[in-house]
Amino acid sequence: MRLRLPVRGPAALKVLAAAAAAAAPVELQWGSPARERAPPGPGAAPTLELESGALLFSPNAICQFFFLRRGDASTDLGTQWLEWEATELQPAATTALYGRLVLGRTMAEAVGVLREPLTHMEQSLARTGTAFLTGEAPSVADVVVWGTLFPVLQEESSVPAELPALRTWFRTMTLSDPCRAAADTVLVPTALSELTSHLRQQPGPRGAGAGAGAGSGSPAPSPASPPEDEGSERVLTEAEIAAATDAWARGAAALPKPWRPQTPVLPVEGMRNILITSALPYVNNVPHLGNIIGCVLSADTFARYCRLRNWNTLYVCGTDEYGTATETRAVQEGLTPREVCDKYHRIHGDIYAWFGISFDYFGRTTTPKQTIIAQDIFRRLLARGFLLQDTVEQLRCQLCCRFLADRFVEGTCPMCGYGEARGDQCDKCGKLINAVELKSPQCKLCKGVPTVNPTEHLFLDLPKLQQPLEQWLELSWASGHWTPNARHITRSWLREGLRPRCITRDLQWGTPVPLDGFRDKVFYVWFDAPIGYLSITANYTDQWERWWKNPEQVELYNFMAKDNVPFHSVIFPCSLLGADDNYTLVNHLIATEYLNYEDGKFSKSRGVGVFGDMAMDTGIPADVWRFYLLYLRPEGQDSSFCWSDLMLKNNAELLNNLGNFINRAGMFVCKFFGGTVPSMVLAPEDKRLLARVTLELHQYHQLLERVRIRDALRCILSISRHGNQYIQVNEPWKRIKGGEEDRQRAGTVTGVAVNMASLLAVMLQPYMPSISSAIQGQLRIPPDCFVLTHTFTCTLPHGHRVGTVSPLFQKLEPERIEALRKRFGGGQAKQTPPAPQPPPAPQPPQQELAIATGNSPEVLAPHGKQQ
Amino acid sequence: MAAAARPGPGVEELVLLEKLLGLPKGSKYGVQGERKVPVLQTNNGPGLTGIMTIAGYLVKQAKKEQLLGSTAEEKAIVQQWLEYRVTQVDGSSSKEDTRIILKDLNIHLEDKVYLAGNIFTLADILMYYGLHHVMVDLTVQEKEKYLNVSRWFNHIQHYPGVRQHLSNVVFIKNRLYTNAH
Repeated sequence: MRLRLPVRGPAALKVLAAAAAAAAPVELQWGSPARERAPPGPGAAPTLELESGALLFSPNAICQFFFLRRGDASTDLGTQWLEWEATELQPAATTALYGRLVLGRTMAEAVGVLREPLTHMEQSLARTGTAFLTGEAPSVADVVVWGTLFPVLQEESSVPAELPALRTWFRTMTLSDPCRAAADTVLVPTALSELTSHLRQQPGPRGAGAGAGAGSGSPAPSPASPPEDEGSERVLTEAEIAAATDAWARGAAALPKPWRPQTPVLPVEGMRNILITSALPYVNNVPHLGNIIGCVLSADTFARYCRLRNWNTLYVCGTDEYGTATETRAVQEGLTPREVCDKYHRIHGDIYAWFGISFDYFGRTTTPKQTIIAQDIFRRLLARGFLLQDTVEQLRCQLCCRFLADRFVEGTCPMCGYGEARGDQCDKCGKLINAVELKSPQCKLCKGVPTVNPTEHLFLDLPKLQQPLEQWLELSWASGHWTPNARHITRSWLREGLRPRCITRDLQWGTPVPLDGFRDKVFYVWFDAPIGYLSITANYTDQWERWWKNPEQVELYNFMAKDNVPFHSVIFPCSLLGADDNYTLVNHLIATEYLNYEDGKFSKSRGVGVFGDMAMDTGIPADVWRFYLLYLRPEGQDSSFCWSDLMLKNNAELLNNLGNFINRAGMFVCKFFGGTVPSMVLAPEDKRLLARVTLELHQYHQLLERVRIRDALRCILSISRHGNQYIQVNEPWKRIKGGEEDRQRAGTVTGVAVNMASLLAVMLQPYMPSISSAIQGQLRIPPDCFVLTHTFTCTLPHGHRVGTVSPLFQKLEPERIEALRKRFGGGQAKQTPPAPQPPPAPQPPQQELAIATGNSPEVLAPHGKQQ
Repeated sequence: MAAAARPGPGVEELVLLEKLLGLPKGSKYGVQGERKVPVLQTNNGPGLTGIMTIAGYLVKQAKKEQLLGSTAEEKAIVQQWLEYRVTQVDGSSSKEDTRIILKDLNIHLEDKVYLAGNIFTLADILMYYGLHHVMVDLTVQEKEKYLNVSRWFNHIQHYPGVRQHLSNVVFIKNRLYTNAH
């Protein structure tokens, strides 16, 4: 029997639970059915191919089949529940689920929608007095009804307390092995986003008040403003407390085994396969803190989180090495472009290694694979008629025998008259300049006067691709997490209408154009660079296409700063759509705003701010840098790096809050209990704390699933604040000297606290990996506990031996910080004055500022700026 | 729990089914809720609710279990189409819904005599009752478009005892619209 499950939703949940409950030998396949066997009815229904060749497409019928073939007879009562489920419960549950996932309604509202069916169940269970819907044993009806309710309710505590019989039934079902296994497969490791996207594509259910929800431009609640902000200080319900106590008691055995993928990591059928990229840093300079938080650090934190969730994750990045900026840098440093790239690639690699960035592979764009893949995409675009040819006027220096790319020419700004304007932009007025418009242009190298020469170039025909692009965007936006700035920038580009973009350049340092008449030219970096994601993966594994030509199985996350958005949301997708080879396109585009330095800008050219290599020399540990950068991650708005704030956060949050709590918890175990976790007898107060921590944990997940990395960090700090308070109130150091009862209390408090520390070590791992592993070492947390679920369970039980506990953080003194501020505030340039002023770092694809603001589309047009 | 109101369409077809099965008259029906779900009062307990449930019960009362399928596979398929009938067909409210249902059924019936393959089942009976008002209104062209549905429907309405007082829907044997598919 072949069972196919297209969507990880309620239908898949009940069908899997039923298969397990009735021990049906099914061959499982995820994904959509072949078109010719599309079942009738709603699109994403599971299908079961029977031995006779017949197809079952109704989830309930599939469930019933499993029980019938085991020998269970169908009863009138069972049929009645199935019919009720299909006609009454399902429509209500769909509405509730749609409200929860798509419209961001609260659990209370969802339960409100289900009030009537839930009450019906309660009355029925109470009247018959049986444990299950049709008697004393679970039947197909129980599984089917549970499968519909569970995705909405998730936890027993969501069932209103005044429905006790239902609550007991729900708990029994949820804890039964088949249901738990099905939930673990289908739902808990959140296929929720997949389900959300599926629901979004459906018309809003009748009576959900949802009609306008999915429409663009309607004031529907954005996915970024979910209701989870109801705050952690809200009153806990009895049910939440009971659920948290249960979860605690299950212990580490209840945790799933951490997923350890093989190397190379490849997509796995049936798992959530996550492909993460961070924007490729341009090789010609050292990255500053803003670059680091904008892409690699954010992506790293998310990648680590994904791995802890047991999602099959690949994180790739590398240096972007081709282009004019490398050539100018090479001229300045007296090296060949290759030597420049080798040098800076190593510098980048060292910096990221120091910051603990967990790339699965950190590659580079100047490889043979890049040439093969870029040329393949080019040929496919050419064959499909998406390339145009046109003549462009360009400055050429006859002495140097080269066309002068933007930064190889200087002159007087045609707008403001500034004398040292560059070929692409005036530093004084900030306007973008077309190089041929410069007054009295000069070759930057020989100071000769360039002439205007016509040259042939190839253009990507974006207008032809706009419509397929918009269709694809609509899907990706409906189902994925795109930060609001990413949506906004993309929308403004589309509103202007796309224009053809030149993809070739008169340079040597690049991927050669494989077409007669253009053999002396190379691809322009913005066409070339994003292809680096593919070629870097190809250098990691020969089976790279399983990641990059596999949109059915792979979810792609792109991390970047906002100036990179159009390249990832418009231009690169157009290249891939035009090349038409079943490429994996971006599902989630995560763009940060800018990080400023003190009150100004980081500036590579003026050397203001802290750069990656210098952070290493400050003596401040990498994890403290990570913490502070993630703490002020420019999420939703610009933020500012500030030395005195760094000191404050280190001393207040890391030292006094987080470090203090974890250290005290461990120290109590060592000092009062000889290094062995004492026995715990939970009092109501302890249970409330467990529920409180669980609530924070849930919020942490909700936020990280939406890639709100900065906000989720607050949940960690909040847990340790609760922990500190708990210790403070209970004073185990006093009680340990008291009578039997007091000593027991001291033991319980110490035990609960050290288990909170253990949970914090796991939650902290994406943010501060070295600190996390230090805590792991000190408390001897078993490696198998390094997995994240939605429950807080006792991982360090009575009798567990901890190791040597020592402080995790150091205080930062004002004098030291003041010295650092002086050292960096004035900027790097002052410290190394004689060095030639590097050209303001062009960071293709970032180099075109027009793109960052989206307001100067003309520079992108055929006769616009040329290098 | 069952309001004694005017019997809805669901009740009417259950009465037709009783007659088809040769059961004695006199069952007491009520309806429940906004959707007027039929409820059958039985001698014990709160009665049975829902068309699928009651129809299945009646079939068993009449000792005609073969109408529910004999193997596990057949039984599941019959249940599936009964469910399709009460969720999709009864839930359809627009022309577009109806079109989708006819299209689905037309594809499904392409290589089948009955809904469950080669055996006549309760699914055919209830689907016939559920679709009668739709088929009556179809134009000649639409009937040709959903050729497999028409063939199946014509077959069922001539099945002894099924149609009863319902009007005979006329299907033309020779095709008028050669371009139709």
